[in-house]
Amino acid sequence: MIVGKFNQLKSSIRRKRENGTLNDAISVFLLLLPYALMFSLFVAIPVAIAIGLSLTYFNSIQAPEFQGLLNYITLLTQDEIFLKYVLPNTFKYALLVGPGGYFLSFLLAWMLAQIQSKARTVLALALYTPSMVGGVFISVVWRTLFSGSESGYINALLIQWGWITKPIQFLQDPAYLMNIMIVVGLWSAMGIGFLAMLAGILNTNEELYEAAYIDGIKNKFQEVIYITIPSMHSQMLFGAVMAIVGAFNSGWIGVALSGSNPTPQYAGQLIINHIEDYGFQRYEMGYAAAISVALLLMVWGFSKLAYRLFSDRD
Amino acid sequence: MAFQGTKINPKRFDKSQLKFYAFLVPMALFMVLPVVYIVNQAFKPLDELFMFPPRFFVLKPTLKNFIDLWRTSSTTGVPMTRYLFNSIVATTITVFASMLVTAGAAYVLSKKKFKSKNWLFSINQIALMFVPIAVAIPRYLIIKQTGLTDNFLAHILPALAMPVGLFLVKQFMDQVPDAVIEAARLDGANDWQILIKIVIPLVKPALATVGILTFQASWNATEASSLYIADETLKNFAFYLSSLTNASNAIAGVGMAAAAGLIMFLPNLIIFILLQSKVMNTMSHSGIK
Repeated sequence: MIVGKFNQLKSSIRRKRENGTLNDAISVFLLLLPYALMFSLFVAIPVAIAIGLSLTYFNSIQAPEFQGLLNYITLLTQDEIFLKYVLPNTFKYALLVGPGGYFLSFLLAWMLAQIQSKARTVLALALYTPSMVGGVFISVVWRTLFSGSESGYINALLIQWGWITKPIQFLQDPAYLMNIMIVVGLWSAMGIGFLAMLAGILNTNEELYEAAYIDGIKNKFQEVIYITIPSMHSQMLFGAVMAIVGAFNSGWIGVALSGSNPTPQYAGQLIINHIEDYGFQRYEMGYAAAISVALLLMVWGFSKLAYRLFSDRD
Repeated sequence: MAFQGTKINPKRFDKSQLKFYAFLVPMALFMVLPVVYIVNQAFKPLDELFMFPPRFFVLKPTLKNFIDLWRTSSTTGVPMTRYLFNSIVATTITVFASMLVTAGAAYVLSKKKFKSKNWLFSINQIALMFVPIAVAIPRYLIIKQTGLTDNFLAHILPALAMPVGLFLVKQFMDQVPDAVIEAARLDGANDWQILIKIVIPLVKPALATVGILTFQASWNATEASSLYIADETLKNFAFYLSSLTNASNAIAGVGMAAAAGLIMFLPNLIIFILLQSKVMNTMSHSGIK
């Protein structure tokens, strides 16, 4: 990656020396260098290594041993936990938190645009608050709220209202864990994509709306479909990509809430946790890498779909 | 014919807006209440923390949890203040370095002409879909190979490549007219002078946004402390907080964890409030074409 870039720049330097713009080439190179270097080291090369390792058996002690697509075949045919729990869980979580959170973001952003600016600023700040805090804080908050003892706030409320008589182990009970994860996922889904869509809606041209009403648009719903979304589809796309990435990125939540990997009876096991389980607990790095590649492919696939829906080009 | 629809971004309150408030206010409460609860927990004395039924709001606020937290140290004897100090140093350096690195790269991709420019930008755009935890293992191997294990730089360097940040600044910079840069060039300014004296001041909102996003990522990060750094004296505050909540002495820990959570949360909130108008300004140029 770096070498390729470097060679390209080297040949362009040769050309530019003749044009007398060598200084230009040098400053381009130097300005780009720090970002390109960090990007290569921590984004591009890791992805390349993951793809490479996924074709090997690697236990982190001996050298990796090439074994072709065996890891992928095992993942798709033999790995019962993956097929029975991880994959369905991941799809359920990602679909509800990804597109679900995305729809909610848009709806909230659109409503915020319909009220006046002071109230909007306060409410937008409130909605964005969960997204500015990190994973550790999120798990402290929700573990406290759903604590399994009597002094856990949710348990105490339910007992007080007489709905239950003794506290429920929410975070250890497979029947609840996944639903709580989805709530927490949605709770922190109004992130940067939400802000982008809010800005997008506020920037749509007011005259368009007036013209549309003259042309016979009758209600708010038609207004959204025919004016708002088409005139901000680039922000819609940005929001969609952020929502998808966010949903897959927040996959650690089940482990953080339940405090164990694997989660109780694999109820909250998502693909990220499966990678960690194999990579950092069983040291089957090659296999873990294959799962990583599967995850990156999923994100890529979903994003492609979003591009299909919103891109300008077609 | 008068305009019939209700306007986007209205100037005045109107009864027709009530239905939006009816949905927005409960949603906003749902988002904020858990945080408010933790804030209250942080100020509760021990008996209120374990009162049944628990109260949402604190009755007799006390700073005891904060004082206890201040005096604690990890099981290995490293004081809490050390973790906090590490976080402050690492985050400050990361935020400023990230703004500089991103501004430089965005300037090149937005304003300079060279062959592989569009190709580089589309690579970065694909990387918007990048999910960092997916490649935790290869990243770990790279950190090991480059000798960054147990190095303070392991907090900083991985955070500098932020595809979303470069994307936002580049899109924002595209709004700066080329004529401004041409004029400066005719006056004899070189790229560095143009970048520092002209372009950076014009794209301040986008850089502020990068600053916030980097701040959030760096201040809240536990990845480096838990995977790349074994030396306790180099780990950060977010990591200390996560170890507080996992500790077996959960009873004494509840109040302190809440206090630590509040210390984690407040800088995020303050910085966002200060810079929120700049963020919104940047976001209106965030579209993927």
